Amino acid sequence: MTGPRNGGRAEPGTPLLEVRDLTVHHGQLRALDAISLQVFPGEVYAIIGANGAGKSTLLRTIAGLHHPSAGSVWFDGADVTGLRPERRAGQGIVMVPEGRRLFESLSVEENLQVGAAYARPGPWTIERVYETFGWLRERRRQPTAQLSGGEQQTVAIGRALVANPRVLLLDELSLGLAPVVVQRIYGMLPEILATGLTVLLVEQDVSQALRVASHIQCLLEGRTTLEGRPADVTADQVEAAYFGLAGAAPARQPGEGSEP
Amino acid sequence: MVWVNAVIQGVLIGGLYALFACGLSLMFGVMKVVNLAHGDLAVLAGYIAIGVIAVTHVPVLWSFVIVVPVMAVLGYVVQRTMIQGALDRSVLTTLMVMLGLSFVIENGLLQFFTANTRGIGTGLSLLTASFSIGSQIQIAYLLVVIFATAVVVLLGLQYFLSRSKYGRLIRAVADDREAAQLAGADYRHVFGIAAAIAFATVALGGIAYGMYSQIYPTAGTDTILLFAFAAVVIGGLGSLWGTLLGGVVLGVAQQIGAQISISDEALAGFIVFLAVLVLRPQGLISRRAQS
Amino acid sequence: MSLATETTARPAGTFRVTRSRRNVTWTGLGALIVVVVLGLAPYIVYSGTTAILVQAFILLTMASMWNLLAGYAGLVSVGQQAFVGLGAYFVLILALHGTSPFAALPVAALGCGVAALPLWWLVSRLRSGYFAIATWVLATTVLLIIEKFSSIGGGTGMPLPGLAGYNPALLTAYTYWAALAVTVVALAAIYLLLRGRLGLVLTAIRDDEVAARSSGARVGLARMLVFVVAGAGCGAAGAVLAISQLQVQPAAVFTVNWTAEMAFITIIGGLGTIEGPIVGTVVYMVLQQTLASYNAWYLIIFGLVAIFVALFARRGLWGLVDSRINVRLFPVGYWLRLDTDRPRRPRLRAPRG
Repeated sequence: MTGPRNGGRAEPGTPLLEVRDLTVHHGQLRALDAISLQVFPGEVYAIIGANGAGKSTLLRTIAGLHHPSAGSVWFDGADVTGLRPERRAGQGIVMVPEGRRLFESLSVEENLQVGAAYARPGPWTIERVYETFGWLRERRRQPTAQLSGGEQQTVAIGRALVANPRVLLLDELSLGLAPVVVQRIYGMLPEILATGLTVLLVEQDVSQALRVASHIQCLLEGRTTLEGRPADVTADQVEAAYFGLAGAAPARQPGEGSEP
Repeated sequence: MVWVNAVIQGVLIGGLYALFACGLSLMFGVMKVVNLAHGDLAVLAGYIAIGVIAVTHVPVLWSFVIVVPVMAVLGYVVQRTMIQGALDRSVLTTLMVMLGLSFVIENGLLQFFTANTRGIGTGLSLLTASFSIGSQIQIAYLLVVIFATAVVVLLGLQYFLSRSKYGRLIRAVADDREAAQLAGADYRHVFGIAAAIAFATVALGGIAYGMYSQIYPTAGTDTILLFAFAAVVIGGLGSLWGTLLGGVVLGVAQQIGAQISISDEALAGFIVFLAVLVLRPQGLISRRAQS
Repeated sequence: MSLATETTARPAGTFRVTRSRRNVTWTGLGALIVVVVLGLAPYIVYSGTTAILVQAFILLTMASMWNLLAGYAGLVSVGQQAFVGLGAYFVLILALHGTSPFAALPVAALGCGVAALPLWWLVSRLRSGYFAIATWVLATTVLLIIEKFSSIGGGTGMPLPGLAGYNPALLTAYTYWAALAVTVVALAAIYLLLRGRLGLVLTAIRDDEVAARSSGARVGLARMLVFVVAGAGCGAAGAVLAISQLQVQPAAVFTVNWTAEMAFITIIGGLGTIEGPIVGTVVYMVLQQTLASYNAWYLIIFGLVAIFVALFARRGLWGLVDSRINVRLFPVGYWLRLDTDRPRRPRLRAPRG
């Protein structure tokens, strides 16, 4: 991997978030095999793939919860591979983890307050979260265990937003939620993007990902099988890449072989 | 009326037990650390107070002002270095390191102070006195002051945990360490704060114990540690007021046992402890089940 | 060449599973010689030395039992002093009724094994931290109950009857041989248990309890058996203690220091190996003998060493040796051998904890 690629983007320049030849192991199992990606400011970058493809591992490694065995993570031109997760959050990489992971013994407001405890300066405050997601204000003293799945997901997103991230990592937002709820949550994305954020998301629901993303990458067994803009790939190509069928489009990375 | 006196004594001493127990509950609830050295820390604080008073000749109550903050700092340092190192390795390592700490503290105290018992004079004649209600109820002023102190400390702790930024962080880290990290909190620092609070409260309890009773190097493992655990388990982990309730139940059980036979005081408490462990391990006020 | 290629590229018949790398009969012979030499000690050394050795044997037995509990069954008990005390009191009670303390020794061990059953019933469902505290509370409760009976000495204790008639030199020798016998039997029992089915079940539990259960391993039974054996072993050590002290004092036999010492010896020597407690006991005795004139200092240093080893040398001193020169005096594992000259060592897993 040498130099920035555009992969069809409008302008060259340094990516906001970059992953270079990342290899991650879970014990002896190789979860990610020399993965690379670049996310430019303002993009919605979606990573899709079947269960066990390594999507969540990739996001967690970017957030700092896993150590790579090889490769590096770059943020705003600096190597952050050695930074602890809380330091990365301080830099502006904030993740909404899979399964929401709200603080159960804390109320809605307290969850937001913890999110804001080490916040960077920026447009998002707890007040603004209440304005954006109106219903939260009335329920703010409630313990989060009493909320529905979709409501919890909103609180989790709010908790990440009040930290004023530059890159928002969303891990499997749709997990365990009804499709209608999922659509409503993804409907908030434009408002989030309007404040200058960049989004990197992992999603099992391929059609949902294709709808919101400006750029997608498909993983299979820890390797990239497809990469490009939703407008540039066909449904067949996506399907082939997702399942690892013969005839999958080769990944558009120099140096990558043609085998999936 | 003798029984009423026993119950009152038990309730009041429950305050002291709660003071011992709240630090233990905090460390276990937040870091999942079973602090086997907890009792010895109380005794250590008592001996430091004795040493400080002997060297500087300050009034006795000043010993609190000096020793408690020192112990708090010690708690932060010990947590960030030894205990964090053990936590990073395994549960067994943590238990062994805490047991080792207990062992070293006790033998160190034995070496420097011998096995003799010591007391911390209260210096105020009022506190050594007691008042009577009727002919069979006698209540020591000191015990009432200790109980009141325990309530104040618990109230303060409650307020700190529910209203302050670090209190919220402590609760958040206890709920989900990773999610707290993702929100920008260094959990090792938060653990350190929790340990500092635990060491400070147990120091308070230790000095109070030295005033009320006599301390000796092995008092930590002989009585204090197990009484503190009994209060935590009986009351239920995760609830500060449960800790007070547990202390009171323990104290009352002990005093009733003492009425049956003077040598049965501690035994009665432990039997109640065992019964709760076996039958209802989550305690009387359970916010969370045994994790 | 990766294991994957090896296992798929060759027919299965070219693999062999063996018990140990070398011929174990040589080790057994060596152990026998050591035991015989030790047995001759009363004829060779002064009684002061045999007294030190008796103490070492007591600690070694206890540490081996604690190792069995924590290193193989994953049970971290801080209450083994309950069995030490019960063993001592079994001997005392039987001696008060006319039995020779030496004859009472095996009965005491058996009695402690039986006593372990109701205690196990009380604590078996508790996990790590709660388990540790529960065992401690149990031990303290046992102490308090025993102290209530003035017929066996109450809170102050009493001398052990039935030993006054012995010639002092003979008594020293008998005590020494009893201690040696207990240690040899304890180590042999542990070795045989771990080489058998129990060892396999315990390793399976240690690696993955759920998988072990679903493979049919009787997890609860295995743990209970270990707890009972450890109880009997510590009881035997307590019985020897009573005989060697010529008296039984509750505070002395029921002190938690016994558990601390057996735990630290195991940690320093090496948890999860049979050789570990031996190494650890040697370290303890060396410290004690060289620093004895400095009162409690040897204990302080011992504790500090234990903390240091727990944090920085998790597999203990024997573990450091073992990982370099690859030797097991008491092999309880298995070797996978190709039909080539060099046996390939299976990937060694440190014990959990």
